[in-house]
Amino acid sequence: MSDQTGSAGASAKTPPKTPLWEVFIRSRNGMAHRHAGSVHAADAEMALQAARDVYTRRGEGLSIWVVPSSAISASDPDDRDMLFEPATTKIYRHPTFYDLPEEVENM
Amino acid sequence: MRDPVVEYSLRLADNCVILGQRLSEWCGHGPTLEEDIALSNIALDLIGQARMLYAYAAEREGEDRDEDQLAFLRDCREFRNILLVEQPNGDFGRTIMRQLLFSAFMHPFWQAMTGSRDETLAAIAAKAEKEMAYHLRHSAEWVIRLGDGTDESHRRCRNALEELWDYTGELFETDAIENALIGNGVAVDPASLREQWQKTVENVLAQATLTCPADGYMQTGGRQGLHSEHLGHILSEMQFLQRAYPGGTW
Repeated sequence: MSDQTGSAGASAKTPPKTPLWEVFIRSRNGMAHRHAGSVHAADAEMALQAARDVYTRRGEGLSIWVVPSSAISASDPDDRDMLFEPATTKIYRHPTFYDLPEEVENM
Repeated sequence: MRDPVVEYSLRLADNCVILGQRLSEWCGHGPTLEEDIALSNIALDLIGQARMLYAYAAEREGEDRDEDQLAFLRDCREFRNILLVEQPNGDFGRTIMRQLLFSAFMHPFWQAMTGSRDETLAAIAAKAEKEMAYHLRHSAEWVIRLGDGTDESHRRCRNALEELWDYTGELFETDAIENALIGNGVAVDPASLREQWQKTVENVLAQATLTCPADGYMQTGGRQGLHSEHLGHILSEMQFLQRAYPGGTW
């Protein structure tokens, strides 16, 4: 607290921002990188360090990607009906009514 | 006289356990959640290394002491750690500068130690070397960003560097026990690591817009059990539980 006395007024309004990064971990060779969570870090190198410490302590990964959260464009939750609802009404997209031979697994 | 390998292992173990204990003081107080976890990770790495070294010392000593007794029931004067690792944390800049100075030495040290004629020490080194590579990178990245950061972070790092520099001479000291072990290929001659250490540190400091202080008077005494006033306080906290409840286990 006392460290901020110099700019207490300004920092109250605009606290110093450390950018947020999204962390993607690949758990095994051949797998895709999957979103693991996020970290705060000043730059990409530090974000990798932080991601390693926070998300791979128990041997979860072989590879880490970090991406600035600001670089991600996300769909608007309000658009849910428009974007996702029609998919469930087109039953021909869900090949659940074919008879499959037993030899075919995991269809 | 006692087995020189026991003495050597204890010196290494004491360095690790004291710095590990120091870093663990940050647990719950880190400047950010991410760094809190990173410092705790590094502390655990060091305590893990200490455990292996204590266990080996205890086994070779053969006096019915185990790793816990070596860590928790010896007094200040029996500890053989260098003074650098017992220096107070200060602010984050000071902690991370201390870590850089130590890791820049310990990384090549463990690398060289993998070639030790003592198989156990070589095996411990093989594990520790990878951990140290990470500690070095982590502390170097921070020192670069803090030194080359704001006026305030630069000033704090410069002050930390100047204060801690006097404790780096001890990294390269040897005595009769160590010289004998170096002679028969068990120990690593720290003098052989000096150039690499200096180069690593200078390179990081240059990127951090900081200058290497000139070598002046160097503090010493840890190897002889002559410590700064700080070690007693560390031990009183670290050893409290074992002394209050002797032989207590989880």
